[in-house]
Amino acid sequence: MASSGSGYDLSSSTFSPDGRIFQVEYAHKAVENAGTALGLRCSDGVVLAVEKPLITKMLVKETTGRRVHTVDEYAGVAITGFVSDGRQIVNRAREEASNYDETYGTKIPPRTLANRLSAYVHYFTLHGALRPFGCSTLIAAYDPATKHHSLHMVEPSGVTYEYYGAAAGRGRQPARTEMEKLAINPKQVAASGDGEGTLITCAEAVKQLAKIIYSLHDEAKDKPFELEMSWLCEGSGWKHVGVPKKVIKEATVWAKKEIEEAEGEESEEEDDEMEE
Amino acid sequence: MYAQQQYQPPMMSSADSDAYTGKSAETRHLKPGELSTGTTIMAVQFDKGVVLAADSRVSTGAYVANRASDKIAQLHDHIWCCRSGSAADTQALTDYVRHFLAQLAVETGRLPEVKVAAHLMRKLCYENKDNLMAGVIIGGWDPVSGGSVFNIPLGGACIPMPFALGGSGSTFIYGLVDSDFKENMTKDEALALCAKAVSHAMARDGSSGGVIRTCVATAEGNEREMIPGNKLPYGPAGW
Repeated sequence: MASSGSGYDLSSSTFSPDGRIFQVEYAHKAVENAGTALGLRCSDGVVLAVEKPLITKMLVKETTGRRVHTVDEYAGVAITGFVSDGRQIVNRAREEASNYDETYGTKIPPRTLANRLSAYVHYFTLHGALRPFGCSTLIAAYDPATKHHSLHMVEPSGVTYEYYGAAAGRGRQPARTEMEKLAINPKQVAASGDGEGTLITCAEAVKQLAKIIYSLHDEAKDKPFELEMSWLCEGSGWKHVGVPKKVIKEATVWAKKEIEEAEGEESEEEDDEMEE
Repeated sequence: MYAQQQYQPPMMSSADSDAYTGKSAETRHLKPGELSTGTTIMAVQFDKGVVLAADSRVSTGAYVANRASDKIAQLHDHIWCCRSGSAADTQALTDYVRHFLAQLAVETGRLPEVKVAAHLMRKLCYENKDNLMAGVIIGGWDPVSGGSVFNIPLGGACIPMPFALGGSGSTFIYGLVDSDFKENMTKDEALALCAKAVSHAMARDGSSGGVIRTCVATAEGNEREMIPGNKLPYGPAGW
């Protein structure tokens, strides 16, 4: 790497002459090699999905090393990257949510939660004695005061944005391309003349996210994984809960079938070309 | 065998008697010279918001330190607070709550809820109950719940109510307001109720008096008004 050896990558409190902070960029790299984490804001809620690599066949996979965590009644986060770093962010998120409720007597607004978490993550990029978080965090939350639901993502640099669809981890680029094809942006959906009613629903999003995660996974090359999913929607009373196992299973079966069919079509096309 | 305990009638000595001091439960614990808003305050919900009303007398024992004070303090754009008890304590409390609400509004980028103001006030009142003499009523309008009223009496409870009365004068008008209050009044009906009730309290309560100050908080904004002592709906001027 061009930066190593220059001495400017030893501390996150040092800028390089061209204005970069290499330690933070390395932290981003840590996330880029981790399991894919996806979030989708739908018409009736938010869905989170994470690809959890299974390091051995002996894991008790449903309960160990979770990537999706409930923070508060109406808020949940998905983490990817260094999971132990992510746990620290989860703890902080729970603390922030609980403190806010204690102080003001109302639930923390999603944007405030995201901003507070991002300030926390950012703090670790300011001090020479600290290491930035090697972890990206997707925040799904509902605001009972405004009745709005939202999806935010905090990156290792401490930067936060609100998204219709967010992706982090190894498969983020192709996942973004796939998510852009889904009806998640109300403005685009309205412009296409279909109206608000055709925005993607959580039930549909679970299937689509399963399909994206399975299609990005190379069974020959990548480790086996478990698909962890949670949602926060009208159907769950806006509480952040795990997607029922049965629903995930159905989505997985559907996703695998879709992928197989698409591959079938592709190979047919190839055959046609050969004939010509 | 234990000796049967004999009943002893309560002693009435001059040292520990409940001798009449001219002070109410609210003002009894004031230090000598401490200003008290020995008071009548109230807040009433109506269809579009809240009406708050208060008398204007500030006293130190029998001496009226200020006859035209303002016991209705603004906490945020649409949130107000009626103060009773120690003037110093309630001023300090409203200053804190105003400060916290301003901070919160900046952080969240939206109007704070009345219940948040009440929650902050009750936290301060409860956690410092041993050192405070404050009974306040918080009322106002917010985009989530519309008009709402919270009563925060001496110990630091926080009770949402359709209307709330407070201060030494309130004891004289509970029956009146209980029978006159209706849900979803118009602004004018609510204002008339407040003026009538507070003037009756001012007539009977020695530590309430002066003018009536009112505040109407709605989505549109706030209207502050004052009814002078010689224009009260009930009182010496009309006797």
